[in-house]
Order: sequence, then C-alpha cells, then structure tokens
Amino acid sequence: MIGGLFIYNHKGEVLISRVYRDDIGEAGLKAEQPIISRSVPKPVSCLKRNAVDAFRVNVIHARQQVRSPVTNIARTSFFHVKRSNIWLAAVTKQNVNATMVFEFLYKMCDVMSAYFGKISEENVKNNFVLIYELLDEILDFGYPQNSETGALKTFITQQGIKSQVPTKEEQSQITSQVTGQIGWRREGIKYRRNELFLDVLESVNLLMSPQGQVLSAHVSGRVVMKSYLSGMPECKFGMNDKIVIDKQGKGGGSEEAAKSGKQSIAIDDCTFHQCVRLSKFDSERSISFIPPDGDYELMRYRTTKDIILPFRVIPLVREVGRTKLEVKVVIKSNFKSSLLAQKIEVRIPTPLNTSGVQLICMKGKAKYKASENAIVWKIKRMAGMKESQISAEIELLPTNDKKKWARPPISMNFEVPFAPSGLKVRYLKVFEPKLNYSDHDVIKWVRYIGRSGIYETRC
Amino acid sequence: MCDFPFFSLVCTGEIFELKAELNSDKKEKKKEAVKKVIASMTVGKDVSALFPDVVNCMQTDNLELKKLVYLYLMNYAKSQPDMAIMAVNTFVKDCEDPNPLIRALAVRTMGCIRVDKITEYLCEPLRKCLKDEDPYVRKTAAVCVAKLHDINAQLVEDQGFLDTLKDLISDSNPMVVANAVAALSEIAESHPNSNLLDLNPQTINKLLTALNECTEWGQIFILDCLANYTPRDDRESQSICERVTPRLSHANSAVVLSAVKVLMKFMEMLPKDLDYYGTLLKKLAPPLVTLLSAEPELQYVALRNINLIVQRRPEILKHEMKVFFVKYNDPIYVKLEKLDIMIRLASQANIAQVLAELKEYATEVDVDFVRKAVRAIGRCAIKVEQSAERCVSTLLDLIQTKVNYVVQEAIVVIKDIFRKYPNKYESVIATLCENLDSLDEPEARAAMIWIVGEYAERIDNADELLESFLEGFHDESTQVQLQLLTAIVKLFLKKPTETQELVQQVLSLATQDSDNPDLRDRGYIYWRLLSTDPVAAKEVVLAEKPLISEETDLIEPTLLEELICHIGTLASVYHKPPSAFVEGSRGVQHKRLPGSAGSADSPDTGSAAGVSEAPPAVIPSQGDLLGDLLNLDLTPPTTSGPPPAPSSGMQMGAMDLLGGGLDSLVGLLHLGGDLGGSPAMGAGFGAPPTAMPASFPPPVSGGLDDLFDLGGSVGITDLVYVQIWLPAMKAKGLEISGTFARRAGVIQMEMTLTNKAMSIMTDFAIQFNRNSFGLAPAGPLQVLTPVGPNQSIEVALPLSTVGPVMKMEPLTNLQVAVKNNIDVFYFSSQYPISMLFVEDGKMERQVFLATWKDIPNDNEAQFQIKDCHLNSDAASSKLQGSNVFTIAKRTVEGQDMLYQSMKLTNGIWVLAELRVQAGNPNYTVSTVHVRYIGLTGLVSSDLLPHADRRAAA
Repeated sequence: MIGGLFIYNHKGEVLISRVYRDDIGEAGLKAEQPIISRSVPKPVSCLKRNAVDAFRVNVIHARQQVRSPVTNIARTSFFHVKRSNIWLAAVTKQNVNATMVFEFLYKMCDVMSAYFGKISEENVKNNFVLIYELLDEILDFGYPQNSETGALKTFITQQGIKSQVPTKEEQSQITSQVTGQIGWRREGIKYRRNELFLDVLESVNLLMSPQGQVLSAHVSGRVVMKSYLSGMPECKFGMNDKIVIDKQGKGGGSEEAAKSGKQSIAIDDCTFHQCVRLSKFDSERSISFIPPDGDYELMRYRTTKDIILPFRVIPLVREVGRTKLEVKVVIKSNFKSSLLAQKIEVRIPTPLNTSGVQLICMKGKAKYKASENAIVWKIKRMAGMKESQISAEIELLPTNDKKKWARPPISMNFEVPFAPSGLKVRYLKVFEPKLNYSDHDVIKWVRYIGRSGIYETRC
Repeated sequence: MCDFPFFSLVCTGEIFELKAELNSDKKEKKKEAVKKVIASMTVGKDVSALFPDVVNCMQTDNLELKKLVYLYLMNYAKSQPDMAIMAVNTFVKDCEDPNPLIRALAVRTMGCIRVDKITEYLCEPLRKCLKDEDPYVRKTAAVCVAKLHDINAQLVEDQGFLDTLKDLISDSNPMVVANAVAALSEIAESHPNSNLLDLNPQTINKLLTALNECTEWGQIFILDCLANYTPRDDRESQSICERVTPRLSHANSAVVLSAVKVLMKFMEMLPKDLDYYGTLLKKLAPPLVTLLSAEPELQYVALRNINLIVQRRPEILKHEMKVFFVKYNDPIYVKLEKLDIMIRLASQANIAQVLAELKEYATEVDVDFVRKAVRAIGRCAIKVEQSAERCVSTLLDLIQTKVNYVVQEAIVVIKDIFRKYPNKYESVIATLCENLDSLDEPEARAAMIWIVGEYAERIDNADELLESFLEGFHDESTQVQLQLLTAIVKLFLKKPTETQELVQQVLSLATQDSDNPDLRDRGYIYWRLLSTDPVAAKEVVLAEKPLISEETDLIEPTLLEELICHIGTLASVYHKPPSAFVEGSRGVQHKRLPGSAGSADSPDTGSAAGVSEAPPAVIPSQGDLLGDLLNLDLTPPTTSGPPPAPSSGMQMGAMDLLGGGLDSLVGLLHLGGDLGGSPAMGAGFGAPPTAMPASFPPPVSGGLDDLFDLGGSVGITDLVYVQIWLPAMKAKGLEISGTFARRAGVIQMEMTLTNKAMSIMTDFAIQFNRNSFGLAPAGPLQVLTPVGPNQSIEVALPLSTVGPVMKMEPLTNLQVAVKNNIDVFYFSSQYPISMLFVEDGKMERQVFLATWKDIPNDNEAQFQIKDCHLNSDAASSKLQGSNVFTIAKRTVEGQDMLYQSMKLTNGIWVLAELRVQAGNPNYTVSTVHVRYIGLTGLVSSDLLPHADRRAAA
C-alpha cells in the first residue's frame, strides 16, 4: 500500500510529509545532489528524507519534461499529480493498485479544496495542521478510508474537532456515518424548503476532416446535482435512455414507444457516484440513490451516436506563392433558430513565419495573436441556423526551412443551452417516507448546458 | 516576519524558545508551539530534542493538541524508544475513552509507533478494540493488526489476532469487512503458503455482499482480494462474474479496473460457447473506453492495462480503434501509449484510418512521439500485409519532408519491411540513397548499410557508398562497424572483381585496428571463410534469411498471464512481474490464470516439464546396459567401471554417480511411497516448460522418471516424462520435445513442436531409421495448421512395430528425421522398453513353471535393488500397470518371492523372479532371477540383460 505522501511546492520544497511505512527510503535511495538543508538531520529522519529528495531531484528538478506520472527510482515507485504549482506525490515500495493511488490523490485534492479552496502553496502552508489531520483520517497505514467530505466535515473542522464535547448520540452518529452504508450523508438534515437543482453538462468533441467528414465525435456528459432535501430521501432518476424506453415500449402501448422512441438516446457507457445502487442499475437499469447533501456529481456518461453537432466549420486554405496564404473559414450554426449559442471562439492557427495578417469578418471581433500563432475570432452570441464567415490574408516571411507547415486543426469553443447528445431528464422522483413531504413539494430545477470539448476541424 | 509563521522557523536558538512555550501554562500557546514543532519537522529540521516537552503536552483533553502530539510521536518515537514508553500510559487510557473517535485515534497511533517495547503494551488495547461495539473503532483496529504484523509477525500469531481478524470478515459493518480483508491480504502476502485468507464459497459470498455496501476504497480491497480466488467450476465463476459486473459502472476507475481484473481472470474458466461469455466480452469494452476520459494520469494507467488486455483478448476492443486516436493536447505519456494500442488493434478493416492518423502524427513537434509514429507505420506494414504498399509510400512521403529524425526513423523501418517482404519494394532504394548524408544516428546508419549490402547487386555505386562509410570507421559505433563489415563482405561475394581492395581494407580495420572483441571475431571468421572456401562463405553470408514476424514486441505469454492477474497494479504499469521491483518476500508469488482448455500450460504439461531432465541420449558403457534399458543412467552397484559418458555433452556425470545406487525399482517403489515430496516434483509444478535448467536432475529424478514412464502407460498418474529431443538451436528454431507412452495398447510418440523462429512453419513430416524393434509411424504426422512464431502444437503419433528391423546401439535408440518447410532435421531418442510390453504377457502358471525350467542358465541374469520401501504386493500391483504380470507368489523364510512374466512386441517372453525381504522397510534387498525364451534370430543376446532389467522393474 501507499508508504508515504508528500506535498511539494514548485521549487521542490516539502510542505507536507507523512510517512506511513518504514520501507520507503530505506534502501538505495540516494539523491544525486547533496541534501540542501541548513541543519544536519539525524539518521532516522535522514532515511525518510531520501525518498523525499529522490523525487525532487529526479522528477521536479528533472531537466526533461516528465515522461510518466509513475516513476521508479531505486525500486521505489513515485506517483504524482500536479495542481497548479503544487506537486502531490505518493510513494511505495510494493506492488500497489496504481489506479487506486491516483484516484486517491485526486480525492485528496478534492477534499483539500473542499476545506480551504484552491490548492496553492499559501493555502497548504496555512492549513498544514488540518492536512495532517485529514491524512491521518483518510489514509490509515496506506489504506484509503472514508474520504467523503460530507462525512469528514462532521468531525474534522477547520479548528480541529469541535471543542465542545459531543454527546454520546452524536459520537455514535458520526462513527456510524463514517463507517456505514450511507457514508456520504448524515441523518437529521432539515430544510425549510426542499429544493434540488439538476445540471446536465455536456462537452461535445469532434474531429472533422477538411471535407466535412466526421472522423470522430463523442459527447461526454455529467449530471451534476445540488440537493437541499430534508431527511434521508430516496431518489429515482430517469432519462431518455434507449434501453429503458424500448423496454417500456414493449410493456406499454406501442404509441408511447413510437412517440418517445425518436427522442431516446443510446448511451455507450455511464458511471455513477457511489451513492447509486449499481446492482439495481445492472439488473433493472433504474438509477436509484440516497443523495449526498449539497453539490455532487451524480453520473457521467458517454454517447457517440446521433450527436447534434452545434457548429460546422468549413475551412478553405490556399497558398498563394511562397509568401502568402489565403484563409477563409465559414461557421454554420446547426440548431433551433430560437436558441442562442454563446461565447463562440474560433481559433485559426497561422504558420510560424507569419509577418502580417489582414482580417475581414462579418460578425464578432477577430484578432491575430502573434504570441499564440493564431487568429482568434470571437462572437458573443449567435442564433441557430445562421452562418458567418471570416477571411484572412496571411503574409509570410520567406524561409529556407524545408519542413512544411503542419497545419494544425482549427479549433472552436462555444456554449449552447441544450444537450448535444439529445439527453433529456424525464423525471427525478423524491420519496421520504419518514418526513411528511412528498415528491410534489420538492422544487426542482433542470438546466442543460452543452460546451465544446475538443472541437476541431482539420484544414 | 514571513507570511507563514509556522514555516519561518530557523534553528538552534529557537529550540529553547519552543521549549519554553511548550511548557507554558496557556493551552493556546502550547498548541501554537506544537504546531511550530510539527512544521519544522515537516521541512526536515531536527526537533527530536524537544521530545520530553512535547510528550508532556499529551495529557490533554484538547483533541487537536492531542492529534498534533501523536503526529510528533509517530515521527520520533523510533529514535527515542525509551522516551516513547512515557507515552504508553496515555495511549492505554485513551483506548478506554468513552468517545469512539478517541479510542480509534489511540489505537491507530499506537500502531504507527514502531518501537518493539511499545508493541507489548499494544496487545491488550488492540484486542479490546477489535471487539469494540463501535464499527469505527473496529475498522481502525483491523488495520492496526496489519501494522503490528509488520513490526512483529510472531506476536500477532501468538496473540491470536489473525483469528479475530478472520472473524471480522463476517462483521455486520461493510467497512470493517473491507479493512479486515485488506489487512488479511497484506499479511497473507508475506506468508505465501499459509492458508490465511481461506477463500471458500461462503467467505466469497460474504465479500460479494459487502461489496455492494462499502465505500469505493473498500470495494477495491474486496475486488483485489476476490481476484486471488479460484472458483471451483465454471458455474461458480459465472455467478461471481454476474455479481461483479455492476461495478463496471462505478465512478472510481480503480473500482472499475479491479472489477475488470476479476472478470478477465474468471472468464478463463467459462466455456467459450456459453452465451454469457459473449455478453461479458461485450460488457467489458465500454468501461475500458470510459477510462480514457478520466484524468491523464489515470488514462496512462488504463492504457498500460488495455495494452495487456488487447494482447490477451483482442476481440474486446477491436471495434474501438477511434478512441485511441491521439488528441492534440494529450500529455506525451498518453500519446505514446495510445500509439502502441493503435498498432495492436490495426487490422485490414481499419488500416486506412490508422495510416492517415499516423501520418498526421509524424508531423507533430515532440521528437519521441514523431519517431514512434514513423516506427508505427512500419509495424503496420509488417502486421497487415495488404497495407504494406501504402505504408511504404507514406514513408517515402515522410522521407521527402527531409526532417532529419523522420528520415532516419523511416529508413530503419523500411529495412524491416524489406526483411518481411523481400524482393518487393526495392525500387525505393534509390530514394533512400539520396538521404545518406543526413544520417547521423547509429541505428539509421546501420540500417542503411544493411540495405546497401543486402542489395549490393542492384545498387551501381554500392562500393562507393560503403567506401564513404569506411572512411570514419573508427568513429562509428559498434553496431555500425559490425554492419559495415558484413555489408562489405556481402558486396565482395556479389561483385568480387571490383571490391577486393575494399574487403581487405575492412577486414584489416576490423581485425587489426579494433579492440572490440566482437568485431575482431567476426572479422576473423569472415577472413578465414573467404580465404579457405569462398563457396562456403557465400552459403553462410548470403544465406536466405528467415522472415521477421509481425508481433515481435508481444509480451511473453506466461508473463502476460501473470500481468493479467495484476491488472490495475504497478506491475501492470511497468509490464514487469512484481518480483522485478518489489523487495523481500512480498510479491514473489507468481500468480497465474486459472486453467482452461485454451490455456498454454495445463497442469499436465506444466508438471511434466518439471521432470523433463533426463539425458536425451546416453550411450552406456559396457556393463551398464541395464540402466540404459530403463532409460536411466544408473550404474548397478556391482559394476566397478567408470560411469557412462554422456554423448549429449550435458553434464550428467554427477548424476550418474549420485544415482548409481538407485535402481528403477527403487525409484518406482520409493517414490510411490511419498510422491510429491521430492524436490523435482515441487519445482516441476511451477516452472514454465522452457525455463528448465539443463543440469537439473537431482538423484531422485531418475527414479521419478521411471515412475512416470511406467505410470504414464497405465494412468496411475498423468505425469509423463518429457525430453527435449531436438533443441531449437540445432533446428533453425524448431524445438521438439516429447515422450513415448503406451496407451490402451497403442504405442504413441507424443510430441510438442514449438516454433521459436520468427517465421511460420508448415509441411511437417516424420520418418524413422530402422531400429531394434521395428518401430515405425503408423500414419503421417498430423500437423494440419501452420505453426506460427512462438506457437507450439502437440501431436500424438501412433507407432506400429512392423517396420524394418536393425539392431541399434543402444538397443532402444531411435533415430528420427523431421521435415518442415525450412529444412530436414535429425535427432535420436531412446524409448522406455516398458512400452513394448504387451497386454497379453500373462503366462499360464503351468506353462510358466515348465518354461522356467527349460531356459538354459546362460540366459539368466541377477540384480539387486536397494532402498525399496514398498512391500511385495504394492510392487506387484505397480508392475502390473506396466504389463509385468505376477504369476505366483510364495513366502520362504520371511522372503516374498514373486514370479513374473512379460512379453515384448516381437514375441520374446521374459520371466522373472523377484525376492523381497519383508520387515525391513528401509533397506530391502531383492534378488531377481530372469530367464527368457523364444529368441528369434533378429534379436541378439544383447537384448537379454536389457529385458531382464526391465523385468526387475
């Protein structure tokens, strides 16, 4: 299992070091550089320092770009992730579950941000006691324990454990929650108004050939929920999943099947928050759960069939002699004309030897950004079923570089108020048998946002 | 003052300041002081001097302060063990605290203080905590057992914690179960042979129930543990799979991959025609694809694992090529891994798309990535024959870009394409030659030189080109020098007239001016070849080369199987077995997939391999013919002559001496007594067939062999005695190993043909030389499908005994010729004479008596067998298994006398008397009288002692 966990700043200074097992750092780990430390450490701490230093010297200060997130130095394995300027490294000498270690590191980041916001050197330094406390709780002898912030916050607070001694009931409630089946929600939550917000967030990815042929397209979506519900509500979530609709169609009237069949979507794969009963999904394909309180991600899914591509990019690049390039790009919006797309940005790469660019565009603003080697064309809003165009004349400096310009793809960013996969939320039912509020009393909000993921057209 | 008060601490002067603060009366000040101490500890400063002061702060009811002190203790207790004892009382007290959080904290921390003296005090509190009413305390205590085991394993066993831990598997709380499983798995790893994690259907059922309820981490522990279980049958394996598949939809990738591991492993046991098998295959693909939308680090781990999965089961992802296309902003490590998988999945159906992508990649910026992309194009050409032409033209396009490293990489792969498809694409050589000057990397230069040498007859100025390389011969790397030497020799053999000077120059450079032994040796070999026999030189140097195979980078099957059992772990990331990077006892156990029909090493061959080390052809010296007949190189105790010299060149002498006192019967009976206890057996079960060392045999193996060849014919045991008859080195990559056996009255030669060459082998045929008993193939060799590289095929060849007869020396020698599309190979082997004993060798009692008397004394031989541990009845029944029949038995003066008969295929009868002295199990002397009758002219008297000896066995 995980032998130790270190947090470094970008200079390679250790901010947090927690060693769970003695084996790390004992054998063979010698930093190539002398340990830079003003006081001379004693042998014991020196052993632990070896692992710390080995990682700094070989990874953080390495001359070349990091070639792998897993590094083996003298039979010791280092897993690292980076958050802005902060490096988190887990160390082990055993054959650990590598996926678990990375999942844990991400989780660790989530937990830390939930406690003190952005993970920065300053925040880590100011909260180091808290971090040690968290590490003690969520990683025991290198084995991850309950790491749901909801549960953790009941007994690890910024100031340490609540100063007033909790009552016996409270204590056992905390422990049963931390270890229990529903580790993500505490009992006795009360809201005056029961409310929930559902966001369907999709990012649509596309790679298109210059001729307009779709090389690959997929949507990766997330259903994010904010729940403010009292008690221990039992929820059931339904969407226009093809498998469910088809099944119902068989059982119910064929009319309904025909009606909804058109709108149903084929989901390639989905994954769920741990609150969802997976065995039930596997057998009945129904999504039922007791939600955590507040913000969380209910599910992720992926679709590849019948995707609505909100925009089509039509590029035209013509090389005029050795020193001039003519580029024309047309974008067409391909959705209901009543809807509005926002934050549209088209990025047209230019050769490295560009000396000047003249731009004409019908809509929005376009600018040549020499530092990014690209023309950036921004449009604030655009309705559906419209098209717009930009033309550019690019002047090139003559070079004797034999290598041809690689023509990177034209990429696009946008936001649309619908789900490009076609996913629709059919219902979200809430049952709370113990408290007297019914499904009708819950105020529900649903919102769809489609964003561009990697949306590229080759030219 | 700095922004971060805790991190601004400097050195010695402050220690005193801290000391004062620690001893302050004010709680807040104390707490701040401890925080400062911890902060300096973190950055590596030594604050161990403050130990007593910090420990003094421990007795507090402020939890935050308590936690900080505990943290300090964990760090420094080891360097100050005596001081650490001071803290024990508080720990013990805290373990009794009414607050479960404090109880758990105390037991957790105590486990982290790795001081022997403390562990003694830990036992009682730990025992209480393991039975605590609060699940939070129990789950913490479960992990604590693993901690304690790490410090003092014996203590954990003596205190009976392991049993308590096992009980926790049935706990009502899922998290307790998960932690108990994790702790037990870890402890079990350091006791490979203990039955600690006693996985049986009941416990498995409990685990599967807990799986639905525990945290994501707990699910991982349980799934990883499940993967170590081997279901009893396919039904059980299917039911487990059904209960594990829902985990594939979990948001945590580690849960998903661990579930994949369980499924991949248990799938091996499912019959392939089962509907469920197909369903399961289909279910595996989407979650694997979804892993690719995770964070890049997880993608990397997932891709390394997918690489293994597609090698084991290519059908799972064969339609998912597109998701492995590289994205512009993938991190480089993800890009490189994706490329690997693209090549693995490339097939005729998708090759056009793949090539288009690869061409895109070849224009990117990252040099390593571009190189790999170019190399990938070459590998596509070699893998998918239909695409070769397209690949070559793509590569030519890339060469036109004149980007230095692209050109070099392209030339290296074109060389490989030439080796796969000779005489097809040589038209491109001209283009390649244009780029000669830009090559500065050894590999590319070597490749180009190889091309020039290989096609010297088609390149007009080949001599000039090679000469230009020769100018800087000394500065080249060894790789290039060797290649240049060979290429010039090739050139000389092809165009001897113009290039004499050149070849002399290179030979003298290689032999006289170089201090590289490889180069010098190669130089001398060529020199001598050329000067003594140019025709032979031509045959050697210009010999037809084997084609290279498509998948040279596949992971070796046994390693792959092991890695599949480690999906999700570091081993799967490194593509190395855990023993390669884990120290100590952990991880040295080799995991294997459960056996199935398709598995390469069924228990049969696996075990047979272990005992395969008998000499393939030992020519016995005079007086040792007895041993020879038994296929044993054992010298009878009466012989005073030197041990036989092995003809195979293997070092068998030692074995002969050691085994000298043994006898087949001894071996047979002795091992019949305690089968499985011998080192040979033990080693045999785990080792892969090819990995057996050549000088393996311990003294007992002779006996073992014999037991197995006797046993093999009657099915007492399935173990057979396999020899390598034809090593791959001697037969251009073809390896033949096998055994002789008599099954249901038919003599069979059971062979395993293994192709260790790079190219496919077909058209197998077999023939025997004339031999003593007229053995001949009863039918053609049934190898219907071509044998691909690294494939092996098993054939059973039925033998008849009606072939031409010639007396062989030794008698049971058999000379065999095997032909395939590459060449004809010869080998000789010896068969156990017992396979010639026919089933109807039981003589009538009366006839036996009459015949026994009629046989002249000249036809009698006697031997002694020592160290036999079986009584006469057991011996008799064992021998009957080999068609040695007991006709009568009598007891004279405490000695059992057995009278036995056997008949050979050519009608010779052999009669034997076996005298067993009962009552002395450890040292029984048996005297055997053997008489024979019915000799026909074709078998000389040489046979007799042989037959007799066999009779003794």
